[in-house]
Parts: sequence; structure tokens; C-alpha cells
Amino acid sequence: MTAAISVSGLTRHYRGHRALDDVTIDIDGPSITGLLGRNGAGKTTLLRMIAAQELPSRGRVLVFGANPLENDAILRRLVLIREDQTFPDFKVRHALKAASWFYPNWDGDVAATMAGEFDLPPDRAVKKLSRGMRSALSIVIGLAARAEITLFDEPYAGLDAVARQLFYDRLLAEYAEHPRTILLSTHLVDEAAALLERVVMVDRGRVVLDAPTDELRGAYTEVSGPVAAVAQLLADRPDRPGQDRRRVAAHESVVIAGPLGGAELQRARDLHLRVEPLSLQQVLIHAAGRSDDESSDSGRSDSGRSEGEHSQSERSERASA
Amino acid sequence: MVPTAWGVAVLDGGTPLFTQIAERLADEIADGSLAEGERVPSSNEMAAFYRINPATAAKGLNVLIDDGLLEKRRGIGMFVVAGARERLLADRRRDFAERFVQPLVAEAQRLGIDAESLVELVRETSGVQGGVSL
Repeated sequence: MTAAISVSGLTRHYRGHRALDDVTIDIDGPSITGLLGRNGAGKTTLLRMIAAQELPSRGRVLVFGANPLENDAILRRLVLIREDQTFPDFKVRHALKAASWFYPNWDGDVAATMAGEFDLPPDRAVKKLSRGMRSALSIVIGLAARAEITLFDEPYAGLDAVARQLFYDRLLAEYAEHPRTILLSTHLVDEAAALLERVVMVDRGRVVLDAPTDELRGAYTEVSGPVAAVAQLLADRPDRPGQDRRRVAAHESVVIAGPLGGAELQRARDLHLRVEPLSLQQVLIHAAGRSDDESSDSGRSDSGRSEGEHSQSERSERASA
Repeated sequence: MVPTAWGVAVLDGGTPLFTQIAERLADEIADGSLAEGERVPSSNEMAAFYRINPATAAKGLNVLIDDGLLEKRRGIGMFVVAGARERLLADRRRDFAERFVQPLVAEAQRLGIDAESLVELVRETSGVQGGVSL
């Protein structure tokens, strides 16, 4: 079976800047995948290239096994909702009508219901809508299109928490009723985490992490407590965690790879240490820090900084002793 | 997996969600709010309620199917099997010492509360709650 989306060796240069660098991923549906990464990491470029709104410098994109470029039959099975989507000089109901002509699976009832839930006035000109209202309109179109591939690129500019919750709820309800391949790029990791079954993280144009969300929860554990007790627990570990050590007075907190096993967990309890799995957001921050370490030898990495702080606090401790 | 107390109020960010879903359902079976023979919510219903991915909810349900606590009836849904509650309670009684008594004793030692005072405290507390008589 061909993957819904198959991207290989995808690279995109903009005047010497490499926005995407040799990206290879396959996404099968039905699924909800999170596309995560910092600003300028390449998320938008990747989504635009999947939707054939941008040309690769190198590599290729296949959607349902075919090149989507100027391929009307493929493009009608795909919707890309961009952050700050722009519309022609339309009223809200015209924008919805126009979308209904393009997408073969368009559901007018869903569009009408959701437009009502988001309080979208049908006769208001789109350019008179607030930023959040425009986002809501885009979201309505993205879900009512019922496209087999649904790409959301930071769809909630200007939406408040209540409207975002409505978006998540409608997304899940729509997905349950009509499963499809959804790719959602977002900054709000902890908010969206529970919706995602897989996470793809890009950093400086490269995929630095691609894993099922459940595997990432508990991929790192934070152990904290008295410095001596932490040291005792870590003494037996083969991997010497150098990074993400923070310390205040005689209290230390260290992030280690993986969950603690039975015996080690018991030992941690005996030592009265706090053991907490990192949340998805923290795991990603950690993963980004690691890719920093791997790509630079210059000591400007996070671990370099925390080592610095570490020795500073040791010095001040000695001074006060 | 880090053991959590039974009956956590919200899904936390660190433990796999499907494990938490399985634990929630097991709690409901154990306290009888999901009766034996009763239909369990579908993965889509669970997904909508907990606001999680339906695949995650399905994985949680599958944990309980694998444990023999739930059974699938084709085309109808999933149901709590007969004897599920008693089995869960037996498992939990077996794990009670490790999950609850050990941490209690460890904390008591840390605070310098000796065994006799601890027993006395337990007796007082259960007397106040009007529960177990020791």
C-alpha cells in the first residue's frame, strides 16, 4: 500500500538559506500526526511542499503515490490550512461556498454547524473579521472539506483558549466520524499532545525526532533530591548524564534517559528521591537540546551552559562553607 | 512504568496515556461503577470524553482485553467480563503492601514515627473514618 504522504530527501534552499535539509518521512492514514519545531524550523515549508505550493530544490514528494504538482485529482483530496490564511474579497458565506465547490467530500452541514459554534457572521466581509475569526473560518473550511489529507499549519492565530478547545473537540469528532490523515503543526505542544499519536519534530530544516507519542512520554525521567543521594543513584548507571543538571544549594535535579526500572525505582525511593517522567513538551525541548549538542562542538550548547552554572554554584557553595 | 496512585484525577503528561486510560477503567470496574456485563464506552466515546486520540483510547481498552477484564462482542461493543471485579480486587490486595504500606512505613521512619505509633495512628484513622476495624 502506498503511504498517504511520502517525502524523501526533500531539500529546499532560499538564497543560501537551507529551509529544509534532506527530509524523509512517510505518513500513513488514518492518523493524527504532530509536526513540531521552533519558529523557522521548516514546518511551513514542508507543509507547503506537500501541498505543491512550493517546489523542492532536491528530493521528492508523493501524495497517494503521485506527484501532487499541478495534479488536480490529487490536490482535491488534500487541504492545507495556513496560519493567517488570506481570502479574496468575500463574505464568510461566499468563502464557504467557494470551498464547497473545490472539495468533493465537502459537508455543508458540518460547515454550517461549526460556523455557528464559532459565532461566524455569514454576511460579514472576511477582511472585516478579527484575526481569531479568520482563523476560525479557516478551521471550519479545513474540517468541513473532509479531505483525505488535512494539513493544519498553526491554524489558531488569535484564537482564545475556549475557541481552541472547540477546535480540538471538533477535530476529534470529525476524525472519529471520517478518519483521515491529519498533520497538525503547532507550538502548543502540551495542549495538543493528547490528540497526537505520532510526533515529527524538525529543527533547522532536519527531522530530529520521529516517534509514537506514547514512546516519548517517559522517554526521559527527572530525578531530584539531595546531591549525595542523586550521585548515589547515578553511580550505577552506564550512561553518565552530563546534561540538564540543575542545582540549588544541596538539592540537585538531573534528567536521565528512559523510565527507571523496577530495582532502580525502588532504590530511588529508598534514597527519598523524587522521580517524575518529563512531559511531552519537556521531552521535545530536551530533544532539541541534544540535536544542538550533536551539531556543534563549539561549547555553545545547552549542556555547556548548564555545566557552567553548575561549577558556579559549586564555587559559591565552597565560598559560603 | 512509574506506579501511580489509583484514581488519579487528571491525565498527567508523563505516563503513556493508554496506560492511564486502562487504569481509569480498571478503577471503575474495581469500585463497581462499571458493572460486570455492562457495555464499556467505545474508543471514540472515550476519545471524545478524555480529549485524546481514538487510537490511544483503543490501545487502553486493548490492555484490559489482554488482561481478560473486557471482552469484545462483534458488532456490539466491549463488555466487562464476569468475575473481573473480584480478580482486580485480588490483584490489588496482593499489591497493597508494596504500593501503599511500603511508602507509608518509609515516610514514618523518615519522620521518626516508630512501628507502634504507626499502628496506633492507623487504628485511630480507620476509627474516625468508621471503616475497617482492626
